[in-house]
Amino acid sequence: MINTVYRLASPRRFEIAFSDIEPHESVIVRPTHLSICNADQRYYQGTRDAKVLQQKLPMALIHEGVGEVISDPSGRFCAGDRVVMVPNIPCEQDDCIAENYLRSSRFCGSSADGFLQEYIGIEPERLVPLTPGIDLDVAAFTELVSVSVHAVTRFMDIAHRRRERIGVWGDGNLAFITSLVLSRMLPDSRVYVFGISREKLSDFSFADGAYLTTEIPDELTVDHAFECVGANGSPVAIEQIIDVIRPEGTIAILGVSEYPVPVNTRMILEKGLRLFGTSRSGKADFQRTVELYRAHPTVPSYLSRLIGNIVEVYDFADIKRAFELDARKAFGKTILHWKL
Amino acid sequence: MIFAAILAGGAGVRMGGGDMPKQFLEIKGKPIISYTVEKFAVNPRFEKVIVLTPRMWIDHTREILRRTLSGCDRIEVIEGGATRNETIMNAIRYIDDLGQLDDDTVIVTHDSVRPFVSHRIIEENIDAAVRDGACDTVIPASDTIVESISGVTISAIPERRTMYQGQTPQSFSAKLLRDTYNTLTEDEKDILTDAAKILVMKGIPVTLVRGETYNIKITYPYDLRIARSLIEEPYDD
Repeated sequence: MINTVYRLASPRRFEIAFSDIEPHESVIVRPTHLSICNADQRYYQGTRDAKVLQQKLPMALIHEGVGEVISDPSGRFCAGDRVVMVPNIPCEQDDCIAENYLRSSRFCGSSADGFLQEYIGIEPERLVPLTPGIDLDVAAFTELVSVSVHAVTRFMDIAHRRRERIGVWGDGNLAFITSLVLSRMLPDSRVYVFGISREKLSDFSFADGAYLTTEIPDELTVDHAFECVGANGSPVAIEQIIDVIRPEGTIAILGVSEYPVPVNTRMILEKGLRLFGTSRSGKADFQRTVELYRAHPTVPSYLSRLIGNIVEVYDFADIKRAFELDARKAFGKTILHWKL
Repeated sequence: MIFAAILAGGAGVRMGGGDMPKQFLEIKGKPIISYTVEKFAVNPRFEKVIVLTPRMWIDHTREILRRTLSGCDRIEVIEGGATRNETIMNAIRYIDDLGQLDDDTVIVTHDSVRPFVSHRIIEENIDAAVRDGACDTVIPASDTIVESISGVTISAIPERRTMYQGQTPQSFSAKLLRDTYNTLTEDEKDILTDAAKILVMKGIPVTLVRGETYNIKITYPYDLRIARSLIEEPYDD
């Protein structure tokens, strides 16, 4: 079937391409609700390294999205099923390394075309059914939530058992989601959020405490910490975490930075800290996330507060409009209602 | 109920002089008609996708579609008529014979040689035909349209901003289209170039649906070259 693909050709310029997808070889999914990620914005605005842009573009962006199954030759899904699409495409199996860390894996919107397509031809293993009735605008950014779920799941395997107080650094989308996920997956822990905007911090009503990074009480310490700042803020955030965290604590790094970040290794050694990185997520994390939505209806309810702009995309120009709107937002997610 | 009627009546006389009708020519190893039918077959809103073709090509068409669209039981291949509109009437007669023709029946008619039709165009056709009774897919004219009655000199140059180029699908309330067609005289039928004109001649409004410039009709060898070059391999860095 001829499939229209909307690719970013160069920063701020999309073009149309056509691919051929075989309905009898893969599940055909019609994307319905998509969400723009900061990684998409870095391609769109051209803030990635010029070499990377030259190597990867033209490429269809967007790796966060849900859709409706049109047909499935494997018989595992029925036409009309609502599904979340897993953008990670493993190309090998490994008993030790998770699919999202295998260097051979491909990722939609990074090393393969993303979801800005008329239809998606996808393996049934890359689909996770959604609970009926779920808010599809929230479900659109399940991938981002699954990254937090992945980080918390790994944290639970790695960190020591004293988890009375957990700190989350950052006051953006990722920090909001991670602290929300922590509060539900570790209900006995107290979750404290540290950010730079008093206004944004007031949104974290589910947390046990929210502090400006300039006003952290001297006596406040945390057993473990999640860094959700990224970019230029990473060095300062990590420095402060190392200062506030108690010995033998575990630090999960989630924030993406384009530049190398200096880290105070002396204090890491002195305190016996553990740092681990998390990036992306695998299918199991998507399944856990969908289950989290089902078991804790307050999670999708809180997440709906992140929805900033909703753009109805009927036209090629609407894609650009959505990215421009998203680029101007301070907080929240831009959702595309995909009608193209 | 919504039905698709894929009009595959062309004999292909303009396509390089071969005997094969142009809908059977291949792009990347697959006949054009398969690409076109796939776009309708994957849309769950269609009760059936009726493919209309000259009698001598029925078995060939069935075989091609069986091979490329195995597992889809909503496709029916039946005989077309002597003209485009007689072909559409055959489709409506077929729906009637199934006992599924009523006031809510919509028929989405489409050229078998427009494989680049998009999901949006099909959806908007269905919605407009259900809502308004009739619609036609068009794109704004990009070239100035010149009218010449004599074929030698210009008789008029219409204002371009009111000019559109017609594409397909054209979609209708099936009963409205059939009943209006049956009121036409033979002279009126002779000057029909497409189905929308049946209603336009009788003053019945036909809504415009926005087409796409890439929703091309593969008529000439040049179009086939374009179509082949447009379909790329999937992205993989």
